[in-house]
Amino acid sequence: MKFPYSEKVLEHFRHPHNVGKLENPDGKATEGSPACGDMVSVYIKVNPETKIIEDIKFESYGCASNIATGSIITDMAKGKTLEEAKKITWQQAADALGGLPTIKAHCSVLAVEGLRAAIQNYEEKHGIIVEKVPTTIEIVNNRLKKVMNPLTGLDVVRKNLIKKIEINNGKVLLTIDLPSNHQFANSIREEIKEKIETLWDVKEVIIEFID
Amino acid sequence: MVTIMGKNIYLDNAAATRLDERVLESMKKYFFEVYAVATSEFGYSLGIEAREALEEARGFIANYLGADFGEIVFTSGSTESSNMAIKGIAMGLKEKKGKHIIVSKIEDFPVLNSAKSLEKQGFEVTYLDVDQYGLIDFDQLEKSIRKDTILVSIQHANQEIGTIQDIAKIANICKTKSVLFHTDATHTFTRVPIDVKKIPVDLVTLSAHTIHGPKETGALLIRKNTPLSKWMDGGFQEFNKRAGLENIPGAVGFAKAIELVTPEETKKIEQMRDHLIKRVLSEIPDTTLNGDREKRIPQNANITFHYVEGESITLHLDMRGFSVSTGSACFSKSLEASHVIMGIGGDHERAHGSVRFTFGRYNTIDDVDLIVNNIAEVVTELRKISPLGKNQ
Repeated sequence: MKFPYSEKVLEHFRHPHNVGKLENPDGKATEGSPACGDMVSVYIKVNPETKIIEDIKFESYGCASNIATGSIITDMAKGKTLEEAKKITWQQAADALGGLPTIKAHCSVLAVEGLRAAIQNYEEKHGIIVEKVPTTIEIVNNRLKKVMNPLTGLDVVRKNLIKKIEINNGKVLLTIDLPSNHQFANSIREEIKEKIETLWDVKEVIIEFID
Repeated sequence: MVTIMGKNIYLDNAAATRLDERVLESMKKYFFEVYAVATSEFGYSLGIEAREALEEARGFIANYLGADFGEIVFTSGSTESSNMAIKGIAMGLKEKKGKHIIVSKIEDFPVLNSAKSLEKQGFEVTYLDVDQYGLIDFDQLEKSIRKDTILVSIQHANQEIGTIQDIAKIANICKTKSVLFHTDATHTFTRVPIDVKKIPVDLVTLSAHTIHGPKETGALLIRKNTPLSKWMDGGFQEFNKRAGLENIPGAVGFAKAIELVTPEETKKIEQMRDHLIKRVLSEIPDTTLNGDREKRIPQNANITFHYVEGESITLHLDMRGFSVSTGSACFSKSLEASHVIMGIGGDHERAHGSVRFTFGRYNTIDDVDLIVNNIAEVVTELRKISPLGKNQ
């Protein structure tokens, strides 16, 4: 039989580690939503002295790569300090899984974001928090670095696909250097919206293609 | 990796079917003995024999549909047939009548993307809504037809949810309004009767790949005097409507595949479908049948398993030896959720957990019991790790 995933991915998919909820977690977050497809919830228990993640669990409403990434990344984060865990990247998770198809980057990156958001939730609750800063082009650009073109597996900033970013009164206007009938045009548009719309002062995201 | 059962149960017969050995047998002669091109009656004997085989297959299909011999044109399958019908009419009538086309929102990609491609070239397209079961609204159709409307293209049945449209009624509306009507019958042909003597349809897309015939083999029924512009240029084959070397083994195999379908077999397939729908809906909680319960092709069941994702279900089933497909965005080549499930008013969530089961000649009622037992286990496991629904 032939499967579209590595043995390691299949192993984590069939028997995912750290699955479930934590009672009274110190930090928790849900990334994605049923409305846009995959969804991941991450729960962490943190040692207040050492800031080490002592326990971690996740839940997934997602495809195989989403479940496998949730499994491996919770393995990787367990026992690390918050600062160390924050630095775990999608690429490291993918490598630990023996590779992931680039087209699946979107589904698996969600688990990594879930972990980071749970850490941020802990920091907010415990006063280690960053102030609310107004959205700038740089902030938008940083978020766009998480949006990948499923064909290449590279993010849209690195691939120079962002032609223009404009921010005006909570309205973000983006021009993407792709035709609207590109195979992944709709998928990329949805993903960008997902990433930018969650910024606290953004009311609307308008995405234009070059035709 | 070895599957749990050690064998494979294939329930994706809407995508492709296993070739029937009897079809292969009928084709062999035209690969190894009569392999010449179909020549004119003044050609050499091998070519004449090839032409006779081609015309016999054509006659058989025409007769089966209630059409005339000259109304069947062989193609490379449904994609080509639908492209040929829509773009051929667009080119044939854009100067004479207009540039407006009507299709339903839930058409299969050959129709939908042909319409979109014409839109880019300055044509106007109306995308008809469908109700929660996938049925179009006849009033909306009638009101959408304008003076410059050149073609209505509405499928006979849907590729994903299996809903059958009332094409007799649609054809009559089009006829009254003097607009050409094309229907994609890829998923109904031989399983749901269609008699073009009674139904005034102008163009019908047909394919062999869904009925245990050869892949990349199909036909387009083109009524006499339909103003179709030729778009595959080359020689004068297929009544000068479609250039290219005739696929004689394919045509012979297509006719044989049609001949092998029996009403008894279709009935048996329908019983498998009903058994699956009944068991899943009654035994697995939080499931929804997609499509119409009655106006449904015999070989299709499409069910949403809420709170879980379709690719996870299909991969687990694959490891257990079952082949099925899903409308989840994670499964699609464009990472978009099924436009059919969205078209019937479903949300991403409904598409996300939808699974399509399509039956064929080589399935048995035991296969149905096996897959229902396995899917119940798989869905229970996946729900345990899902943040949605009752998973305690």
